[in-house]
Amino acid sequence: MSAPFQRHRLTPWILMAPQLGIVLVFFFWPALQAIEQAFYVEDAFGLSREFAGFANFQAVLSDKAYYQALGTTLIFSLAVALGAMSIALLLAVMADRVIRGARIYRTLLVWPYAVAPAVAGVLWLFLFDPTLGLISGLLGNIGIGWDHKLNGVQALALVIMASVWKQMSYNFVFFLAALQALPKSLLEAAAIDRAGPWRRFWTITFPLLSPTAFFLLVMNSVYAFFETFGTIDTVTSGGPGGATTTLVYKVYQDGFVGQDMGASAAQSVLLMALVGGLTWFQFRYLERKVQY
Amino acid sequence: MHYRRPGLDRLSHALLVLCCLLFLLPVWLAFTASTHTPGELYSQTAPLWFGEAGWDNYRHLLDGSVGGLGTDVLTLLINSTLMALGIAIGKIAISVLAAYAIVFFAFPCRRLCFWLIFITLMLPVEVRILPTFEVVADLGLLDSYAGLILPLIASATATFLLRQFYLTIPPELVEAARIDGAGPWRFLRDILLPLSKTNLAALFVIMFLYGWNQYLWPLLITNDADYLTIVVSLKRLLTSADGLVPWQDVTATAVLAMLPPIAVILLMQRYFVKGLVDSEK
Repeated sequence: MSAPFQRHRLTPWILMAPQLGIVLVFFFWPALQAIEQAFYVEDAFGLSREFAGFANFQAVLSDKAYYQALGTTLIFSLAVALGAMSIALLLAVMADRVIRGARIYRTLLVWPYAVAPAVAGVLWLFLFDPTLGLISGLLGNIGIGWDHKLNGVQALALVIMASVWKQMSYNFVFFLAALQALPKSLLEAAAIDRAGPWRRFWTITFPLLSPTAFFLLVMNSVYAFFETFGTIDTVTSGGPGGATTTLVYKVYQDGFVGQDMGASAAQSVLLMALVGGLTWFQFRYLERKVQY
Repeated sequence: MHYRRPGLDRLSHALLVLCCLLFLLPVWLAFTASTHTPGELYSQTAPLWFGEAGWDNYRHLLDGSVGGLGTDVLTLLINSTLMALGIAIGKIAISVLAAYAIVFFAFPCRRLCFWLIFITLMLPVEVRILPTFEVVADLGLLDSYAGLILPLIASATATFLLRQFYLTIPPELVEAARIDGAGPWRFLRDILLPLSKTNLAALFVIMFLYGWNQYLWPLLITNDADYLTIVVSLKRLLTSADGLVPWQDVTATAVLAMLPPIAVILLMQRYFVKGLVDSEK
């Protein structure tokens, strides 16, 4: 597009300055420092440091706990994304069916999006409190003892449930919007050809929703990666025995709690590379997704 | 006709209502628990109905006589409000200006600036925790509102959303404004901003929720309880008591932490949905 205001030389820089300033000071400067720190070893008091090459990376990548965190992150992200998306899709398809009331259902289902991940964690922690929780009590009645402070699998399940509960509404809004924008003529033609609702869904609706689904898969993974920090910190603090320590939580633990700067920085750099790769992948794919 | 199936519609309604109730359950239980005394709470499983101690529980929280927090919940609510408003308004303000420059002006490095903002999408706070903390510490912004707000107000999302919208403004409109003698600032104020009202409202909802719900950043940079936000305070409450969790305080605080963002999302739902769905494009 040709820029209409050609003759103003200084004005665009004044306009750009605040955003660029913030970006440079709080994003690029720290990111560069993280990269630099990742190549140094610091003593315990932060008084001296020396160049260490790839030693920090080697230490991180030969640490069993790192792979445990990687595995936890993958399971956690996959479970959150699939759980939140499938429930949302089911509900959106039903809300789209009923025509009357779709907007009321949207209102009734959208609000969990506004609940902070940390607050969602607290709500679910209360449901599963070993002494007075409602659901843990019900589970106890049928012979399943619940204690997420000791049982790693239960702790992970609890964090997943709280995250799915919060993220569902986001997916629901997108699926409902996508469903309502589908060409009705296609579905009507299929109905005239005597295709039932089940068949119509799998042969027409579902393929047409795939761009939305792919977009949501990326967004849900990002959510599970980063925004669930609050949930994990309030519910389990990464425990028991690291069962709920994700990669992001480990960066925080090693750097802030454990004061191991080099290891934390090396993990930060690895994470940046991972997120960069994901973003690149998303945009490559999103370029093509538009034609269906 | 095969298209409508009343039976399936009724089943859909039933399942939807059931799911709406299930989604409400955790909040309902927190709300009822916040109106009981600790003694009542620990004598049974979580109560499904309200108790008598609601006023007392909430009053104690708001006037600061609950231990373990180091401050009263009213301060926390004010801090959260200031942080959320600061982040929302800050993000929108600097993104409006940046997007305006990128779309309507020709200047060297225009593409580079665009990409610099774009790349920040790959650098969320969570991946650069320590160095960002150090930068903010060097600037002397720990335990301050500026420290809570400034590092979070860069926004690639808002800049893109506004850029997309500005690109749809017909060049004739700019031309007409110029012929009438309007300079760039005048055009921004009198024509562009009024036209983007809906987009700004949509962005405001999303960014307000983003700001209110921040956890990691305020956790890192606030030691002083006077700058703590309500969302972060929950963990302090959970771990403050040595033995039993003071659930009546925790649930009451959780309820107070939820109400403002839920009110915003419900009151501005139309804009919120528009903003979310637009951001996909």
